[in-house]
Amino acid sequence: MEDDGILLGTPVAILALWLLRRFLSTATRLPALDRRLAKLWIPGAALWVGYLLLGEKLHLDGDLIDDVFILLVIAQFLQVVWQLRDYPPARTLGLALMPYAAVLLLAVVWRQLAPRSFKEYNDGIDMVGTFVFFWMVGFFWTARGQKKRLAIELERRAEEEQAQRRIVARNTELEQLVQVRTAALQQQAASLQQALEELQLTQNQLIQAEKMASLGELTAGIAHEIQNPLNFVNNFAEVSTELAQELAEERSHPTRDLQLEAELLGDLKQNMLKITQHGQRAASIVRGMLEHSRASTGERSLTDLNALADEYLRLAYHGLRAKDKAFNATISTDLAADLPPVNAVAQDLGRVLLNLLTNAFYAVRQRQQQGEPGYAPTVCVRTKHLGDEVEVQVQDNGTGIPEAVRQKIFQPFFTTKPTGEGTGLGLSLAHDIVTKGHGGILEVVSQPGQGATFTLRLPC
Amino acid sequence: MMKILVVDDEPDVRTLFEQRFRREIRSGALAFSFAYSGEEALGYLHEHHSEVVLILSDINMPGMSGLELLRRVRTEPAPPPPPRVMMITAYGDEASRTQALALGADDFLTKPVDFAALKEKLLALPSA
Repeated sequence: MEDDGILLGTPVAILALWLLRRFLSTATRLPALDRRLAKLWIPGAALWVGYLLLGEKLHLDGDLIDDVFILLVIAQFLQVVWQLRDYPPARTLGLALMPYAAVLLLAVVWRQLAPRSFKEYNDGIDMVGTFVFFWMVGFFWTARGQKKRLAIELERRAEEEQAQRRIVARNTELEQLVQVRTAALQQQAASLQQALEELQLTQNQLIQAEKMASLGELTAGIAHEIQNPLNFVNNFAEVSTELAQELAEERSHPTRDLQLEAELLGDLKQNMLKITQHGQRAASIVRGMLEHSRASTGERSLTDLNALADEYLRLAYHGLRAKDKAFNATISTDLAADLPPVNAVAQDLGRVLLNLLTNAFYAVRQRQQQGEPGYAPTVCVRTKHLGDEVEVQVQDNGTGIPEAVRQKIFQPFFTTKPTGEGTGLGLSLAHDIVTKGHGGILEVVSQPGQGATFTLRLPC
Repeated sequence: MMKILVVDDEPDVRTLFEQRFRREIRSGALAFSFAYSGEEALGYLHEHHSEVVLILSDINMPGMSGLELLRRVRTEPAPPPPPRVMMITAYGDEASRTQALALGADDFLTKPVDFAALKEKLLALPSA
């Protein structure tokens, strides 16, 4: 039996097909084609069994069947290679199989068409067959190396990609973290801004409250200050009525006393003037009070510090006297006649003066209440023109200020007065108004137990 | 003629009194002098011993107060007869009134002064 290559060739072909399928992972790369390849063992097995049972009986050419079957398998496989031509090991595999397939095909055709000459060249063909077999093995080996390198390369790429993905994920995570932090910071900034605004609002309310408190303390004094001119207005009006009546009576007399008539007329004229003067005096006090209670406009205007000092001196004095009827103090003023007007917010400076003056009166009253014999409470207001500055001094001979207190005297909320009597904002606000508001200075010197002098200097 | 010293730190008080009492001044029933502070009033009193029958003084004045003036008038030795003293104040509180009366004031008036009532009081006084 010389033609039974089929008994070995077919199983080898099927085994080789199985190995090649595994090598190229056709099950995952080309599932449809692979299913067909997977079924190729069925005709192979059928041929093998058929040949074994009927080969001798029918005088079948086992080698031919085997070669045709191998060519069929190779053709199927070359189709796979063609489809996977982008995969280098597949191309190499194709290159490995093609000479073998070509030689096999040539041999089959040659043997069928010219068996005699085929037999003559059998040795040469065998040599070529051996050559293409080694060629096939060599290229198969190359394909195997390629596949391994590719796998390593793929693995490296996969690792790189994974690392890249990790970096991207980490970046995203960091970005989210930054966003969260940014949001938290923004929220914090917003809440700080809100707190600041609330504080500023509270500060403004406190400033206004302090102003109203200082005004409230003065209410009785102001009422007295208004009552005095009003009394004059009423009195002069009443007495003018009497004078007019007397004048009318005088004119109805048969013998008229022209001198008396002229005198009465003169008095009437004078009284009208007095009524106007005192009326204006009352009006100016009310105006001053309204200006003090109004929120500051912050507008500067040329201000006569002498007039301002005089006005607030009276207010402060009467303010304290209204509370303590027994209180009496000597007020002295030494106002410079050549004092130039100062460009200032009159209302704000008025507050400063009022504060310094009420403090001065408070201090002399405190000392008076200690019952020192021969003590004469005195508050003195001085103004001076010093080149490019004007100076206002408020001096008292009251209880004075101890050094420890003097250091804190301009701090907000610092007060030595009993709770409820002072806001502790008066001098702090005064200091702010003079220094920040007007670019001036406010200083204090004191001899504890002997009195204090506040000096205010403003550029003019 | 009754001589009255009016003490008040408001200068216009003079004009007011002179007009309110013009008939009495003209007729010579009353004569007024004016001082604008407690100190000035004391000086006037020193110079015009026993001429002044009545002192009408404001309490609240800068410097020497009306009450201090009253105390000085009542304690400083002066030739008799002692003047009558009426205190006038814008603060008509009970403490001031008590204090004034304790110091020897003869009367206590509150501002605004009721001139008709004051006139009656003055004319009812026994003339010196």
